[in-house]
Amino acid sequence: MKYIDEYRNGEAVKALAEKLRRAMSHESRVTTLMEVCGTHTMAIARFGIKELLPKNIRLLSGPGCPVCVTPNGYIDHAIALSRRDGTIIATFGDMVRVPGSTASLEKEKADGRDIRIVYSPLDAIQMARENPAKEIIFLSIGFETTIPAIAAAILMAKKEGLKNLTFLTANKVVPPALETLLQGDLKLNGFILPGHVSTIIGGKAYIPIVEKYRIPCSVAGFEPTDIIGAILDLVEQGLSGSPRLSVQYSRAVTMNGNKKAQDVINEVFEPVDAEWRGIGAIPSSGLKLRSSFEGFDAAVKFDVDIEETKEGKGCICGLILQGLKDPPDCPLFGKACSPETPVGACMVSSEGTCAAWYKYED
Amino acid sequence: MQNQGTEVLRHRDTVSLAHGSGGRLTHDLVRDLFAKYFNNEYLSTLSDSAEIKLSALDILFTTDSYVVKPLKFPGGDIGKLAVCGTINDLAVMGARPAYISCSLIIEEGLELTVLKDIIGSMSKTADEAGVMIITGDTKVVEKGAADRLFINTAGIGLKIGSAVLGMGRIEAGDKILINGCVGDHGMAVMAAREGLGLSSNIKSDCSPLHKLIEAILQTASDERQVVKFMRDPTRGGLATTLCEIAESTGYDIEIDEKAVPISDSVKGISEVLGIDPLYSANEGKVVVVVSPDAADSVLKKMRFNPLGKNAQIIGAIKKGHGRVHLKTVIGTSRRITMLTSSQLPRIC
Amino acid sequence: MCLAVPMKLESIDGDLGIVNIGGVKRKIGLMLLDKPAAGDYVLVHAGFAIQKIDEKEAKKTLELLSAIMSEGTQ
Repeated sequence: MKYIDEYRNGEAVKALAEKLRRAMSHESRVTTLMEVCGTHTMAIARFGIKELLPKNIRLLSGPGCPVCVTPNGYIDHAIALSRRDGTIIATFGDMVRVPGSTASLEKEKADGRDIRIVYSPLDAIQMARENPAKEIIFLSIGFETTIPAIAAAILMAKKEGLKNLTFLTANKVVPPALETLLQGDLKLNGFILPGHVSTIIGGKAYIPIVEKYRIPCSVAGFEPTDIIGAILDLVEQGLSGSPRLSVQYSRAVTMNGNKKAQDVINEVFEPVDAEWRGIGAIPSSGLKLRSSFEGFDAAVKFDVDIEETKEGKGCICGLILQGLKDPPDCPLFGKACSPETPVGACMVSSEGTCAAWYKYED
Repeated sequence: MQNQGTEVLRHRDTVSLAHGSGGRLTHDLVRDLFAKYFNNEYLSTLSDSAEIKLSALDILFTTDSYVVKPLKFPGGDIGKLAVCGTINDLAVMGARPAYISCSLIIEEGLELTVLKDIIGSMSKTADEAGVMIITGDTKVVEKGAADRLFINTAGIGLKIGSAVLGMGRIEAGDKILINGCVGDHGMAVMAAREGLGLSSNIKSDCSPLHKLIEAILQTASDERQVVKFMRDPTRGGLATTLCEIAESTGYDIEIDEKAVPISDSVKGISEVLGIDPLYSANEGKVVVVVSPDAADSVLKKMRFNPLGKNAQIIGAIKKGHGRVHLKTVIGTSRRITMLTSSQLPRIC
Repeated sequence: MCLAVPMKLESIDGDLGIVNIGGVKRKIGLMLLDKPAAGDYVLVHAGFAIQKIDEKEAKKTLELLSAIMSEGTQ
């Protein structure tokens, strides 16, 4: 597969890992790096990257997992909407097994609600065209990689005059979360930044963070040579004492990003404070629909009874998402909380820190 | 981390879809409920078919139910699946499949043209495979009580030769082979689903493997008995079958990712949807465990058969702790475990 | 947080296009790109092309990898 296989070259990976080992061989302290993005967590597990790292590099998984940080209340709201007559819920597969306060979308589907997995918001538009007598509600989650696609779909729906399609939004943006992490107790020596979010927002979005916190940053792609290349870059930045924003994933990321996509986002959405499950409220970290698109807002259009939000007792997903604790530190890990019976989102999401740990650690 | 089974069942009141996915929960249910109550020397082996003696004859006997959606998919339909699946469960245990029963549970409202197509497909598949459907039953239930059509089959066949096939024969050093590309069936069914908007030429690999398997068993000279064990990886994919073998025998399994045959289309769709082909269903594949010195000749024999032209040696049995390890394309090692429930398309 | 796959843009029809990877095709939205052309490789996420793969930069990255590999053998 072009632009994929070439970056999975085993010899190149070995050479990069050796270079990294040499760079770290005189370091007595542990270098702690955080991969922000859940897709990076998955790629690191899938390719066995940790095996290649010297013992004095520690990787933490951050909160870049839209499923993990979506509050219980959002799932409860989606479930309440699914119980309306004549409603079809269109959702990405990722959300289907996330536990709400008492149920999940998967359980509701088993109970007969019309909940359908789609690959794209374009599929929800098609559903709306094909089912004029039904209300289609699209569960709009995701970071800046996904937001332009949803915004573009909303513009298409508006242009077409679709009256039976709405969006339940819980979209979030990355840079404010990075600031919150750095203002907390976490001691980090570098960020492996999310490659695909960055194709949209550009490397420039992180410059203020590098300058304010003097932290090495590298925007990384998702193939093994990309990830090790970015780690090597962060280590070299640390050793030289000059942190900067570097773009490892230059074949897809520029400093300015995708301006057209940024414009589409700004046309449809505006910033709002948002609740990150397990972390709390982060100012201006979310997006909501602008008033001219209120007709597409499912939260406004439909009045439903949502059950009282209950968080799983003992669950420390929040601390895990912030890199402050590891899964085995959680009293529920491997006992009440497992992939078969997940309590928190970290275990449900296939990319969640706890799910990855359970699956891959011995 | 494994064997949380009985604990898990205690946490549940109802059967969930995950119990039917072929992964961890299915195994727990079989072990903790069915094997506990149907406790006899035949069932407890949990083999693909049961080997019994009637008078002096060695007979293999199996049963299966088919509930696939959609009823028709690229490369086959539920009827073809039912016949092939039954044949394969007998063949992997060393039997020549002979007779099949066919029991239908039909939802009121199913179009007769659809039913006709499926029955026609079963008849064609059986004829081509040289087996006979000799007894059956039909029930119709109210709308909503069954999802369009469920098919249950049972199959019997006579054991060929004297090959002793079973996990108990597996030893450290044995090689593991597969007859061709994995993940085709699962991906074909997923690609055909509405709401994903994908078009591809991926077809289910649904096929009867008894002739290929007979050829494999003939590679072994009877005295040497080089073929130790066979299983057709269905739901849960190749990875699940390998985990079953490792867990039951207590040996480790090492697989070379580069050696596992996967078609370009399946690779493509797996990148797009974020689904791992190692866990995707197959309906025309057989995993064969053989003595190391016979691996090359068994491979040659498999490649001679049209259903084995992409056969590969994919790994080996090692002394260990019942774990499956994959040597990735970049040379690192990753642990393969059983999944809890079926994979869903993802954007993250 | 983002599975995006490089796919070849085969054809364009207004704001939509058909992309292909290994024979798997899908209709996607092109409105997030500036002047996409058939033959381009684009990153596809959730049914939209979010960026065009920069062939020159892709090559540069591979050249860097080659350099590191030969460094290693010295």
